[in-house]
Formats: sequence, structure tokens, C-alpha cells
Amino acid sequence: MSNLSLTSAIPNLIKAVPRSRNFEAMLIFWVSGIHAFALAQIQLSVLQVMTWDMLLYWAPPTLAAMIVHWVLRRYAIKADGLMLPLAFLLNGLGIAMIYRLDLAELANGGNDLFAMRQVWLSCFAMLIAAIVIRVIPDHLTLRRFPFVAGLAAVVLLLLPAAPVIGRTVNGATLWVGTGELSFQPGEIAKILLAIFFAGYLVSRQGSLAEIGSRVLGVRVPRAKDLGPILLFWLASLGVLVVQRDLGTSILYFGLFLVMIYTATGRGFYVAAGLVMMVTGALVASRFFGYVESRFDSWLDPFNSANYNAAGGSYQLVQGLFGMANGDVIGTGLGGGFPQLIPLAESDFIFAALGEELGLAGVFVILSIYLLLVYRGLRIANSHPDDFSKLLALGLAFVIGLQVFVVAGGVMGLLPLTGLTTPFLAAGGSSLLANWSIIALLLIISDSSLRSNR
Amino acid sequence: MNRQVRRVGVVLALMFVALFGMASSIQVLRSGELYADSRNVRASYETYKVQRGVILVSGTPIVDSFAVNDDYRFLREYESVIYSPITGYFSIFSGSTGIERAMNTYLSGQSSAQFFEQINALLDGTPVTGAAVELTIDPDIQRAAWDALGNRKGAVVAIEPSTGRILAMVSKPTFDANLLAGHSYGEVIDAYQNYAEDPDDPLINRTIAGDLYHPGSVFKLVIAAAALESGLFTATSEFENLELYRLPGTQTYVQNASRTTCGTGETVTLETALARSCNIPFAMLAVELGEDRIRAQAELMGFGDSLEIPLEVTPSIYPSGMSLSEVGLTGFGQFDVRVTPLQMAMVTSAIANQGVIMKPQLISSVVASNLNVLSQPVPSVLSSPISRETAGYLTRMMVDSVELGIAGRAGISQVAVAGKTGTAENGPTDPYTLWFTGFAPAEAPQIVVSVVVEDGGGIGQNGTGNQIAAPIAKAVLEAALK
Repeated sequence: MSNLSLTSAIPNLIKAVPRSRNFEAMLIFWVSGIHAFALAQIQLSVLQVMTWDMLLYWAPPTLAAMIVHWVLRRYAIKADGLMLPLAFLLNGLGIAMIYRLDLAELANGGNDLFAMRQVWLSCFAMLIAAIVIRVIPDHLTLRRFPFVAGLAAVVLLLLPAAPVIGRTVNGATLWVGTGELSFQPGEIAKILLAIFFAGYLVSRQGSLAEIGSRVLGVRVPRAKDLGPILLFWLASLGVLVVQRDLGTSILYFGLFLVMIYTATGRGFYVAAGLVMMVTGALVASRFFGYVESRFDSWLDPFNSANYNAAGGSYQLVQGLFGMANGDVIGTGLGGGFPQLIPLAESDFIFAALGEELGLAGVFVILSIYLLLVYRGLRIANSHPDDFSKLLALGLAFVIGLQVFVVAGGVMGLLPLTGLTTPFLAAGGSSLLANWSIIALLLIISDSSLRSNR
Repeated sequence: MNRQVRRVGVVLALMFVALFGMASSIQVLRSGELYADSRNVRASYETYKVQRGVILVSGTPIVDSFAVNDDYRFLREYESVIYSPITGYFSIFSGSTGIERAMNTYLSGQSSAQFFEQINALLDGTPVTGAAVELTIDPDIQRAAWDALGNRKGAVVAIEPSTGRILAMVSKPTFDANLLAGHSYGEVIDAYQNYAEDPDDPLINRTIAGDLYHPGSVFKLVIAAAALESGLFTATSEFENLELYRLPGTQTYVQNASRTTCGTGETVTLETALARSCNIPFAMLAVELGEDRIRAQAELMGFGDSLEIPLEVTPSIYPSGMSLSEVGLTGFGQFDVRVTPLQMAMVTSAIANQGVIMKPQLISSVVASNLNVLSQPVPSVLSSPISRETAGYLTRMMVDSVELGIAGRAGISQVAVAGKTGTAENGPTDPYTLWFTGFAPAEAPQIVVSVVVEDGGGIGQNGTGNQIAAPIAKAVLEAALK
């Protein structure tokens, strides 16, 4: 009985969260306070004193979040009130951890610093989000250009493999850049792909969902409707071959599967897609050495051959050591040794936070992500328009899937990939893409209430 | 379509449940096992959080740890550079050496002897503190040796012959351990680089390690011991008194340091040859004894054995597979004979202690913070390489050497000092290595001292062991007999 009332209470509870901008302002104020506490704790723990430097890491992101808030007030007043504070919370937590790693780097006599850069990149990304909210008054315009978006996505995906500007880092060809500037076009491509899928699938919804012949009791779509899924499967394998990154490939293919399933309601696509994905991965592990070694490191990270191999499981194992050191309540910010984990500021920031904030902190961070994703699903659920529904679902799912692949990789649940931890990891492309996703979700959520009127 | 959205929600929820489960597994179920993995350096980082035990000399701390406000909690402080070669350093960034390394389990409170203290610490939360290590060093003798060596490169080691307790151990140039024990990575690494790249090797304890020295004439003590122990020779055995001696099978000639015969007379006795430190009779003697007899004697005295005092002592070398002419050269400590000053002090203490070498020891006692004595090494016999008679003869010869003036600068009025100098050649134009090894009082020895000065004491090939090394030894002996 109580179960029933609880499950029916949850939607009401979610609906009950006010869309009021005042509530959002209050949350931003509160989150900003958490950031200040985190930075203060880090300074006190590592430096023993609090310095005015703290303001440099605290004030700019808070101001940027306030600007986004102000733009929402002006141009999307009905937008969801939780997403901005949640994303801002993660963003600031990431900055705090990166700052903490910077202090360790300085204490070790190094000068490879990331925090200040991350502060300005976060502000930049939030301002871009504000601009997106301002200049796209109606996201339905995006529906008109699915193939432009699709083509742009393909071009972006192929860019890292292009001569001159393409770059390969740690074996994955995910970057383009000149000199100091570098960019991961794949991060932006995921948004364009979501727009493309949403536009394409809404227009083909009927024919894709149509029942084909029955084979062995399974309803199989007509051959011509299988075309797109085969095409995209090949494209994902192409990404795997060209970019040499399993994560990106899984992310795009997963996004595609979920969106085609949602559009058609046909479990067949998911089943077929999963079979193809696993087959593809197994074949790739046979034919590509880098995929195979990733698999070896994943399956037996503590084996000293894998541990000592170049590009082997050293980083993964160091991350596990860090998280284990955190135990249930963590060492406290500044109390652990996250600087021992290679790339703790970017690929392994999840493990660094796990060490200092413990299992408790990991649960909280994962819950924030889950809440963020569920706000996105709720927007999809409540929007009357199918394109908006699909786009919101795709954007929310892509964040959730990325967190799953990255955190799963860091914890040894999945093979390690080159994906970034949304909002937490150091890196501009990722911040820009994820804040843009938040901006789009906010616009969609705003339009849902407006069109309900 | 909302049905699908909800299903996607369920799938996402399941994915996150998997993440929650994995995190719980790592951070709770497997955390102990992961923490204990030998590749996880976090455990050793935690040891910096223990207040390390003090190192004491005659009851006074020379190395101590003080609480500071940073990640590493305690800063190690070294009282004086004169003890650096003994204590070594304990560095967070560049490892540890010396007593800090050899006695680490006691100093860091991790020894099995401190098991109950560790249990107590777990139960009532009082932190474990490291045990105190008391050295056998005598601060007055150490200071005297340090001052007497002055700015020269070299080493001094002093032993109490009846117990093997090391009374002084000086090596120059040395290092400031405080620079390596700091908590700033950059500064420590810089200081370490400077020391490591210094051609004078300040990080080396020259009394027991490093490149080892040619012993020169101090090695004649080993040859004489081998001769007397062989039964083929006595103190009065005679040798042809030549001005030049051609090494067998070669056109190479050996001279005495005096460039003339060893005193007057057709023949010279073993005791005169030793007292006057003549090369020719010892080259002849070495040729007659042969490589095997000499090495057997040297090995009885500790050559070829590594020793833990508890610092690790590099084995001294008496070469093998030599031609007769090369054996002849070893007769006065040239060719490839290589020794540590401690080895020469051990040879000398066999003579001083009636034929018995006591195991050299730097540790007097180890006392836990609750005042339980955890370890107290008792004097033990290392070997009995020569008879009491042989020791007596050799003592007589060494006393003569000082009285005759060959090692005269070590002489102290009213005290019989036994001594032997050495002036070892390192190459045609290279500066000499200058030696003195001896003990006092000759009739009831309280202290053995061995001194080595590198680079000819700064005056190339013009200095002798008597001129430069003997006065240093004298200062050390005087400090001990005061």
C-alpha cells in the first residue's frame, strides 16, 4: 500500500519542485556557499591558511551562474529550476578538486596548473549557455535542419583525423588544435547528433515503427527500415577505427539506440543494436591492438604485466588505490594523495573525488548526476511535442551514459575510455558541450510550459 | 512515447545502481586489500605521520622530530653536520640513508618489538611514537676528530678495541641532512642533486663505503701478521737489505720511501722493517708468503666480508689471481688492495685487543617511548685472526714506529702510543692517500683510531702519513685519554 502511494508520490514530488526562478537563485546562492567551503577546506588543509586567492576560484563561476540565471529570468522564465544549480554544483566541485591538485603540484615543485584555466573555461561555457538561451528562442527551429546537423556532426567527428590540425593524445585521435589551443570536436558532435536523430526519427517515426514480417516469432522491420541502423552501426565502428576511442563509439551508438527505441517503441532495435555493439567490440578487440590491450587491462588490472605495460592498467590501479583510501567518508579535501593518480585533474577526477570525499561523496556526486538526468527525462516526459521529447531525452541520456562509461571505466566496471566526466573534468570542450546541453534542456523545458498554456 | 521515456529512465537507474555497487565494492569491501597492495605508496606516506624516534649520543638528542603544520606533520631536525655520515638523512622525497635507514623500523615505531604499543595505539588512539636509538659515539672524541681533520677530505674512525663500540666516525666533506629532510619537494630535490653531482661525494660515509682506498704501508700490519702467524717467520727474521729490489719476472724496481737501504747493515729484521716502514723487505716477504697466505690472513681480519654495524660496510679487497710481482706490490699495500678505514681499524684492534676483533657496533641501545629497552647489542667476537703473541710482537713494532719517529707525530708524552703510517700512491702524478692507524695506551689500549686523508692533504705528493694523518690521530687519542 505504502509502496503504491510512494511510487505515485514521486512524480508529484518532482512536479512539486518549483520552476520559480527565485528558488533557483536561492539554490545558486547555497551551491556557491558549498564551493566556498570546499575551497576554504582545501586551503586550510593544504596551506594551513586561507588566502584571498580563494576568491579567484570562487567568484567568477558564481558570477557566471548568476548571469545564466538572469538570462533565464529574462528569456526562459518557465525553465526548470534545478538544472542550473545542479550543473553549477558539479562544475564548482570540479574546480575545487583541480585547485587542490594544483596545490599538490606546486608543493611538489611543479607548475603544470589547471584550476585557473578551468575557472575561465567554466565561465566561458556558462556564458555560451546564456547566449544559446538568448538567441534560440524556439528550439523547434532546430528541427528544420536535421541533415545539416547530421552532416556537421560527421565533419566534426572526422576533423581529428584530418592532417595538420588533427591530434592524437594517449592513443586516441579525439583532438584538433593549433599551438596552445586544442579542442575535442566529438563533444559538440554529440549535441548535433542528438538534434539530427530527433529530427530524422520524428519524420520517419511511422515507417520505422511499422511491423515487418515475423521471423522465428520475432517481428523484424522491413529491410529498407533496417538501413539506417546498419549505416549508423558502421559509422560508429568507423569512429572506433578513425578516432581509436571505444568510449566515443559506445556513446554515439548508445544515443542512437535509445533515441530510435524511444521514437518507435520497438525493442527489436535495442536487442539488435546491443548484439551488434557487442559483436563490434569483440571484433575490434581482435583486430585492433589498442582495444585488445584496453580489454586486458580491464579484465586483469592487477596482473603485473598489464600494470607495467605502457598504457596499461597503472592509472586504473592507482585510481582504485585512491578510492580505497577514501573508504566510506573520505580523507577530507586536502587529506588524501589524489596527486598520485595520473591525470587526476581530467580523466580520473572521479577517483580523486572518491579518495577525498569517500563513498559518501561518490554517492552524492552520482546522485546529482542522476537527478540532473532525471530532470531531463522529466522534461521529455512532459513535453507535448515529439521532436522536443526526443531531443530532451537524447540530451539527458547522453549525459547519463557518459557518466556511466567514465565512472564505470575508472572503477573497472567497463574498459577505460577517453570520455570526460561531465562538468567535473578539466577541459574546455567538455564544459562547453555539457553547458550547451543544459542550455538546450532549459529552453525545451521553458517551451513545454509555454505550449501547455 | 512516454512509456519509452520511462523505460529509458529505468535503464539509466540500473546503470547508476551498478556504479553505486561498484563504488561500494571498491571503497568498503575491497578497501583493506587495495590499501595493503605493495604498489600502493599511500601506506608508506602514512608513516610520515608517526613522530620518529630520536637519535641520541651520550644521552643527548642529535636528531629529533618536531611537529609542524603540514601534510607530513613532523619535521626531522639534525643537530650538527658532524654526525651526518652516521645518521644519514630521512627524506620524504629522496629516500633515507645511514642510521635513519638501517634502524628505520625502530625509529618509525613499526618494529615487531613495538607490537603492543601499536595495539595500544589502535585501542586508545594515542599515536605510536618511534623508539629512541642511542649511539656508541663519544661526542668529545667525535668533535675532536671532526676538528682535527679540518678542511681536508678524508675520514676518521675510532673504536674501543675491547668491545667494538665505535667511538667516532667522521667523513669529510659531508652534507647538511636538514636540507634533505625538508618538506618542500623542489628545495629537497635541488639540494639532493647538488650533493649527488658533487665530485667530492659528500653523501658517502668514507669510513665504510665509497670507492675505498689504497692502504699503502698500513697494510704492512696484515703482511707482518701473516708472516708471524705462518710460523715461517719471527720478529727477528732477516731480509737482505737492498737499495733497489727487482720484482720477480719483471724489470720493475721497488724502492724504500727513504730512497736508500732500510737502516744500516747487510740484513734487516722484520721488526725493524715494520718500525721503519721499509717497502723492500715487505715486498720480499709478500713474495715469499704468496697470495694465498696473505689473503687467508686478510680474510680472517674481515677482508671480503660485508658487515652491518648496522650500517652496511663495503667489503675491503685483497685481490686474487695475481702474478708474483703483483703480490710483491701488495706487500706494501699497493696494486689492487682496497680498504675501508673501518677495516684498517679492525686490523689494528686485533693487535690492540690481544688478537681478537670485536664486532664493530654503532648502536648502544634502542629504547621505546614507554622506556622499554627494545634492543641492546652485547659486544661479540667477530674473529681471532692472530695469536696473543703475534699481537704482542706487532704492538712492540708499532710502539717503536712512533718512538723512532717514522710515526712520531702521533706521540703523546707519558703515553705509549702504537702506530703505523701509510702514504699510498694512486698513480704516477696523483696526490697520495695519507694514513695513520694506531692505538693507545699500548699496554692497555682504550682506543683504536684510523685516519685517512685524501688528495695528499692538499699538498699533492709532498705530504706523508706521519706529517698529516698522524697529528689528526694524536688529537683523537688525546681526546679519548683525557
